[in-house]
Amino acid sequence: MLEMTDLVDLALLLFLAVLAITIAKQRNLFVVVIVMGFYSLVSAALFTVLDAVDVAFTEAAVGAGISTVIMLATLLMVGTEEKTPSQPRILPLLAVVVTGAFLVFGTLDMPHYGDPQAPIHQHVAPRYIEVSGDEIGVPNIVTSVLASYRGYDTLGETVVIFTAGVAVLMLMGQALRFRQRDGDA
Amino acid sequence: MSDQPILRVIAKMFIPFLMLFALYVQFHGDFGPGGGFQAGVIFAAALVLYALIFGTEQAKRVAHPQALQLLVAFGVLLYAGTGVAGILMGGNFLDYGALDHHDPVHGQHLGILLVELGVGITVTTVMTSTFFIFSARKKP
Repeated sequence: MLEMTDLVDLALLLFLAVLAITIAKQRNLFVVVIVMGFYSLVSAALFTVLDAVDVAFTEAAVGAGISTVIMLATLLMVGTEEKTPSQPRILPLLAVVVTGAFLVFGTLDMPHYGDPQAPIHQHVAPRYIEVSGDEIGVPNIVTSVLASYRGYDTLGETVVIFTAGVAVLMLMGQALRFRQRDGDA
Repeated sequence: MSDQPILRVIAKMFIPFLMLFALYVQFHGDFGPGGGFQAGVIFAAALVLYALIFGTEQAKRVAHPQALQLLVAFGVLLYAGTGVAGILMGGNFLDYGALDHHDPVHGQHLGILLVELGVGITVTTVMTSTFFIFSARKKP
Protein backbone atom coordinates (compact mmCIF):
# COMPACT_ATOMS: atom_id res chain seq x y z
CA MET A 1 0.00 0.00 0.00
CA LEU A 2 1.31 3.42 -0.94
CA GLU A 3 1.79 5.85 1.89
CA MET A 4 1.64 9.62 1.71
CA THR A 5 5.43 10.02 1.80
CA ASP A 6 5.78 7.54 -1.06
CA LEU A 7 3.44 9.68 -3.14
CA VAL A 8 5.51 12.77 -2.37
CA ASP A 9 8.70 10.88 -3.29
CA LEU A 10 7.15 9.64 -6.53
CA ALA A 11 5.89 13.08 -7.49
CA LEU A 12 9.29 14.65 -6.85
CA LEU A 13 11.14 11.89 -8.75
CA LEU A 14 8.73 12.23 -11.67
CA PHE A 15 9.29 15.98 -11.66
CA LEU A 16 13.07 15.37 -11.70
CA ALA A 17 12.71 13.07 -14.71
CA VAL A 18 10.60 15.64 -16.59
CA LEU A 19 13.16 18.38 -15.83
CA ALA A 20 16.05 16.13 -16.93
CA ILE A 21 14.36 15.38 -20.27
CA THR A 22 13.64 19.11 -20.72
CA ILE A 23 17.34 19.86 -20.12
CA ALA A 24 18.41 17.19 -22.62
CA LYS A 25 16.03 18.35 -25.35
CA GLN A 26 16.48 22.09 -24.92
CA ARG A 27 18.98 23.83 -27.28
CA ASN A 28 18.84 27.28 -25.67
CA LEU A 29 21.54 27.17 -22.98
CA PHE A 30 20.00 30.04 -21.00
CA VAL A 31 16.84 27.95 -20.53
CA VAL A 32 19.01 24.91 -19.71
CA VAL A 33 20.79 26.77 -16.89
CA ILE A 34 17.54 28.02 -15.38
CA VAL A 35 15.91 24.56 -15.58
CA MET A 36 19.03 23.07 -13.95
CA GLY A 37 18.43 25.51 -11.10
CA PHE A 38 14.90 24.11 -10.78
CA TYR A 39 16.33 20.59 -10.90
CA SER A 40 18.59 21.39 -7.95
CA LEU A 41 15.71 22.92 -6.01
CA VAL A 42 13.53 19.84 -6.54
CA SER A 43 16.52 17.65 -5.53
CA ALA A 44 16.80 19.73 -2.36
CA ALA A 45 13.10 19.10 -1.65
CA LEU A 46 13.69 15.37 -2.20
CA PHE A 47 16.66 15.38 0.21
CA THR A 48 14.47 17.14 2.79
CA VAL A 49 11.82 14.43 2.44
CA LEU A 50 14.59 11.83 2.91
CA ASP A 51 15.60 13.62 6.19
CA ALA A 52 18.98 14.62 4.72
CA VAL A 53 18.58 18.27 5.66
CA ASP A 54 22.33 18.98 5.52
CA VAL A 55 22.51 17.81 1.91
CA ALA A 56 19.35 19.79 1.09
CA PHE A 57 20.97 23.00 2.44
CA THR A 58 24.00 22.47 0.27
CA GLU A 59 22.05 21.51 -2.84
CA ALA A 60 19.80 24.56 -2.55
CA ALA A 61 22.65 27.01 -1.93
CA VAL A 62 25.17 25.59 -4.43
CA GLY A 63 23.02 23.92 -7.08
CA ALA A 64 20.16 26.39 -7.30
CA GLY A 65 22.15 29.43 -6.20
CA ILE A 66 25.86 29.86 -6.79
CA SER A 67 26.44 27.42 -9.67
CA THR A 68 23.46 28.88 -11.58
CA VAL A 69 24.99 32.34 -11.25
CA ILE A 70 28.43 31.07 -12.33
CA MET A 71 26.97 29.22 -15.34
CA LEU A 72 25.05 32.35 -16.36
CA ALA A 73 28.34 34.28 -16.18
CA THR A 74 29.89 31.58 -18.40
CA LEU A 75 27.05 31.99 -20.92
CA LEU A 76 28.02 35.66 -21.26
CA MET A 77 31.33 34.40 -22.67
CA VAL A 78 30.21 31.46 -24.82
CA GLY A 79 26.78 32.54 -26.10
CA THR A 80 23.44 30.89 -25.43
CA GLU A 81 22.81 28.70 -28.51
CA GLU A 82 23.92 25.07 -28.49
CA LYS A 83 25.16 23.82 -31.88
CA THR A 84 22.77 21.22 -33.33
CA PRO A 85 24.47 18.02 -34.46
CA SER A 86 24.59 17.54 -38.25
CA GLN A 87 23.53 13.89 -38.17
CA PRO A 88 21.84 11.72 -35.53
CA ARG A 89 24.50 10.07 -33.37
CA ILE A 90 23.87 6.38 -32.66
CA LEU A 91 27.04 5.55 -30.71
CA PRO A 92 26.47 8.03 -27.83
CA LEU A 93 22.85 6.82 -27.49
CA LEU A 94 24.07 3.21 -27.38
CA ALA A 95 26.70 4.06 -24.74
CA VAL A 96 24.10 5.85 -22.58
CA VAL A 97 21.55 3.02 -22.85
CA VAL A 98 24.12 0.29 -22.06
CA THR A 99 25.55 2.23 -19.09
CA GLY A 100 22.03 2.92 -17.81
CA ALA A 101 21.09 -0.74 -18.14
CA PHE A 102 24.20 -1.75 -16.15
CA LEU A 103 23.37 0.79 -13.43
CA VAL A 104 19.80 -0.51 -13.13
CA PHE A 105 21.17 -4.08 -13.09
CA GLY A 106 23.55 -3.01 -10.30
CA THR A 107 20.70 -1.72 -8.13
CA LEU A 108 19.09 -5.19 -8.15
CA ASP A 109 21.76 -6.35 -5.68
CA MET A 110 21.31 -3.39 -3.37
CA PRO A 111 19.33 -3.68 -0.12
CA HIS A 112 15.77 -2.37 -0.22
CA TYR A 113 15.14 1.32 0.43
CA GLY A 114 14.99 1.96 4.17
CA ASP A 115 15.89 -1.64 5.08
CA PRO A 116 17.18 -1.63 8.71
CA GLN A 117 19.08 -4.88 8.02
CA ALA A 118 21.15 -3.24 5.26
CA PRO A 119 24.92 -3.75 5.76
CA ILE A 120 25.55 -0.02 6.15
CA HIS A 121 23.32 0.03 9.25
CA GLN A 122 25.05 -3.03 10.74
CA HIS A 123 28.73 -2.02 10.47
CA VAL A 124 29.94 0.96 12.55
CA ALA A 125 26.66 2.90 12.71
CA PRO A 126 25.36 1.11 15.88
CA ARG A 127 28.60 1.98 17.69
CA TYR A 128 28.33 5.65 16.69
CA ILE A 129 24.75 5.73 17.98
CA GLU A 130 25.65 3.90 21.23
CA VAL A 131 28.79 5.69 22.39
CA SER A 132 29.22 8.96 20.47
CA GLY A 133 27.20 10.75 23.16
CA ASP A 134 29.79 9.76 25.80
CA GLU A 135 32.89 9.96 23.58
CA ILE A 136 32.19 13.18 21.69
CA GLY A 137 29.33 14.71 23.68
CA VAL A 138 27.72 16.30 20.63
CA PRO A 139 23.96 15.72 20.19
CA ASN A 140 24.19 15.73 16.37
CA ILE A 141 25.73 12.35 15.52
CA VAL A 142 26.25 13.45 11.90
CA THR A 143 28.59 16.18 13.15
CA SER A 144 30.40 13.68 15.44
CA VAL A 145 31.00 11.34 12.52
CA LEU A 146 31.96 14.01 9.97
CA ALA A 147 34.20 16.15 12.13
CA SER A 148 35.66 13.66 14.61
CA TYR A 149 35.37 9.94 13.73
CA ARG A 150 35.84 10.69 10.03
CA GLY A 151 37.98 13.79 10.52
CA TYR A 152 40.55 12.54 7.99
CA ASP A 153 37.91 12.28 5.26
CA THR A 154 36.56 15.74 5.97
CA LEU A 155 40.10 17.15 5.93
CA GLY A 156 40.49 15.49 2.53
CA GLU A 157 37.25 17.06 1.30
CA THR A 158 38.35 20.48 2.50
CA VAL A 159 41.67 20.03 0.66
CA VAL A 160 39.70 19.06 -2.49
CA ILE A 161 37.72 22.31 -2.27
CA PHE A 162 40.94 24.23 -1.59
CA THR A 163 42.61 22.61 -4.63
CA ALA A 164 39.63 23.35 -6.87
CA GLY A 165 39.60 26.98 -5.74
CA VAL A 166 43.36 27.35 -6.28
CA ALA A 167 43.04 25.75 -9.74
CA VAL A 168 40.31 28.21 -10.76
CA LEU A 169 42.34 31.12 -9.37
CA MET A 170 45.47 30.01 -11.24
CA LEU A 171 43.80 29.16 -14.56
CA MET A 172 41.30 32.00 -14.92
CA GLY A 173 42.66 34.64 -12.54
CA GLN A 174 46.03 34.41 -14.27
CA ALA A 175 44.56 34.78 -17.77
CA LEU A 176 42.67 37.82 -16.54
CA ARG A 177 45.85 39.44 -15.24
CA PHE A 178 47.65 38.85 -18.57
CA ARG A 179 44.80 40.40 -20.48
CA GLN A 180 44.84 43.47 -18.27
CA ARG A 181 48.60 43.80 -18.80
CA ASP A 182 48.13 43.52 -22.57
CA GLY A 183 45.44 46.16 -22.34
CA ASP A 184 47.78 48.54 -20.51
CA ALA A 185 50.60 48.10 -23.03
CA MET B 1 20.86 45.68 -11.54
CA SER B 2 21.27 48.50 -9.02
CA ASP B 3 18.60 50.63 -10.73
CA GLN B 4 15.80 48.27 -9.65
CA PRO B 5 14.44 49.51 -6.30
CA ILE B 6 12.44 46.36 -5.51
CA LEU B 7 15.47 44.08 -5.91
CA ARG B 8 17.63 46.48 -3.90
CA VAL B 9 15.20 46.74 -1.00
CA ILE B 10 14.44 43.01 -0.87
CA ALA B 11 18.14 42.10 -1.09
CA LYS B 12 18.99 44.59 1.64
CA MET B 13 16.36 43.00 3.86
CA PHE B 14 17.44 39.45 3.10
CA ILE B 15 21.25 39.62 3.17
CA PRO B 16 21.69 40.24 6.94
CA PHE B 17 19.36 37.33 7.73
CA LEU B 18 21.14 35.08 5.22
CA MET B 19 24.46 35.84 6.91
CA LEU B 20 23.00 35.39 10.38
CA PHE B 21 21.49 32.07 9.32
CA ALA B 22 24.88 31.01 7.92
CA LEU B 23 26.52 31.78 11.28
CA TYR B 24 23.72 29.88 13.06
CA VAL B 25 24.25 26.84 10.81
CA GLN B 26 28.01 27.13 11.43
CA PHE B 27 27.99 27.32 15.22
CA HIS B 28 24.81 25.35 15.91
CA GLY B 29 26.03 22.39 13.80
CA ASP B 30 26.75 20.42 17.00
CA PHE B 31 23.04 20.42 17.86
CA GLY B 32 21.05 20.86 14.66
CA PRO B 33 21.60 20.00 11.03
CA GLY B 34 24.45 21.76 9.31
CA GLY B 35 28.11 22.49 9.78
CA GLY B 36 30.99 24.22 8.09
CA PHE B 37 30.23 23.24 4.52
CA GLN B 38 26.56 24.23 4.66
CA ALA B 39 27.32 27.47 6.48
CA GLY B 40 30.06 28.28 3.98
CA VAL B 41 27.84 27.94 0.93
CA ILE B 42 25.02 29.96 2.55
CA PHE B 43 27.42 32.75 3.51
CA ALA B 44 28.91 32.71 0.00
CA ALA B 45 25.39 32.84 -1.48
CA ALA B 46 24.73 35.99 0.59
CA LEU B 47 27.93 37.61 -0.73
CA VAL B 48 27.09 36.59 -4.32
CA LEU B 49 23.58 38.05 -3.94
CA TYR B 50 25.13 41.28 -2.67
CA ALA B 51 27.51 41.36 -5.66
CA LEU B 52 24.65 40.70 -8.11
CA ILE B 53 22.48 43.52 -6.79
CA PHE B 54 25.01 46.16 -5.79
CA GLY B 55 27.77 45.40 -8.30
CA THR B 56 30.98 43.38 -8.13
CA GLU B 57 33.13 46.45 -7.42
CA GLN B 58 31.07 47.32 -4.35
CA ALA B 59 31.22 43.66 -3.21
CA LYS B 60 35.01 43.59 -3.63
CA ARG B 61 35.24 46.45 -1.14
CA VAL B 62 33.41 44.27 1.39
CA ALA B 63 35.22 41.01 0.58
CA HIS B 64 38.62 41.98 -0.78
CA PRO B 65 39.81 39.37 -3.35
CA GLN B 66 43.34 39.25 -1.91
CA ALA B 67 41.98 38.72 1.61
CA LEU B 68 39.72 35.96 0.22
CA GLN B 69 42.73 34.21 -1.33
CA LEU B 70 44.59 34.28 1.99
CA LEU B 71 41.51 32.94 3.81
CA VAL B 72 41.18 30.04 1.29
CA ALA B 73 44.49 28.71 2.59
CA PHE B 74 43.82 29.78 6.19
CA GLY B 75 40.75 27.54 6.47
CA VAL B 76 42.67 24.41 5.44
CA LEU B 77 45.57 25.39 7.70
CA LEU B 78 43.18 25.88 10.64
CA TYR B 79 41.79 22.36 10.07
CA ALA B 80 45.19 20.70 9.63
CA GLY B 81 46.63 22.86 12.42
CA THR B 82 43.98 21.56 14.83
CA GLY B 83 45.11 18.05 13.86
CA VAL B 84 48.78 18.91 14.46
CA ALA B 85 47.85 20.51 17.79
CA GLY B 86 46.45 17.11 18.74
CA ILE B 87 49.89 15.55 18.08
CA LEU B 88 51.70 18.27 20.04
CA MET B 89 49.37 17.75 23.01
CA GLY B 90 50.30 14.06 23.06
CA GLY B 91 47.56 12.45 21.00
CA ASN B 92 47.18 11.33 17.39
CA PHE B 93 46.62 13.53 14.33
CA LEU B 94 43.07 14.96 14.50
CA ASP B 95 42.56 13.39 17.94
CA TYR B 96 40.66 16.26 19.55
CA GLY B 97 40.34 14.45 22.85
CA ALA B 98 44.01 15.26 23.46
CA LEU B 99 43.32 19.00 23.24
CA ASP B 100 42.05 19.02 26.83
CA HIS B 101 43.82 16.62 29.20
CA HIS B 102 41.29 17.05 32.01
CA ASP B 103 38.15 16.53 29.95
CA PRO B 104 38.50 14.76 26.57
CA VAL B 105 34.84 15.52 25.70
CA HIS B 106 35.58 19.23 26.11
CA GLY B 107 38.58 18.75 23.81
CA GLN B 108 36.30 17.10 21.24
CA HIS B 109 33.96 20.10 21.37
CA LEU B 110 36.86 22.52 20.85
CA GLY B 111 38.32 20.45 18.02
CA ILE B 112 35.00 20.11 16.18
CA LEU B 113 34.36 23.87 16.55
CA LEU B 114 37.77 24.71 15.07
CA VAL B 115 37.73 22.26 12.15
CA GLU B 116 34.16 23.24 11.21
CA LEU B 117 35.26 26.88 11.28
CA GLY B 118 38.16 25.96 8.98
CA VAL B 119 35.81 24.20 6.56
CA GLY B 120 33.40 27.16 6.65
CA ILE B 121 36.13 29.72 5.92
CA THR B 122 37.59 27.73 3.01
CA VAL B 123 34.20 26.98 1.42
CA THR B 124 32.98 30.59 1.72
CA THR B 125 36.13 32.06 0.24
CA VAL B 126 36.54 29.49 -2.57
CA MET B 127 32.92 30.03 -3.68
CA THR B 128 33.17 33.83 -3.50
CA SER B 129 36.58 33.95 -5.25
CA THR B 130 35.27 31.70 -8.04
CA PHE B 131 32.28 33.98 -8.50
CA PHE B 132 34.48 37.10 -8.63
CA ILE B 133 36.76 35.50 -11.25
CA PHE B 134 33.86 34.40 -13.45
CA SER B 135 32.06 37.74 -13.14
CA ALA B 136 35.24 39.60 -14.16
CA ARG B 137 35.51 37.71 -17.47
CA LYS B 138 34.02 39.47 -20.47
CA LYS B 139 32.93 38.11 -23.80
CA PRO B 140 36.11 37.53 -25.84
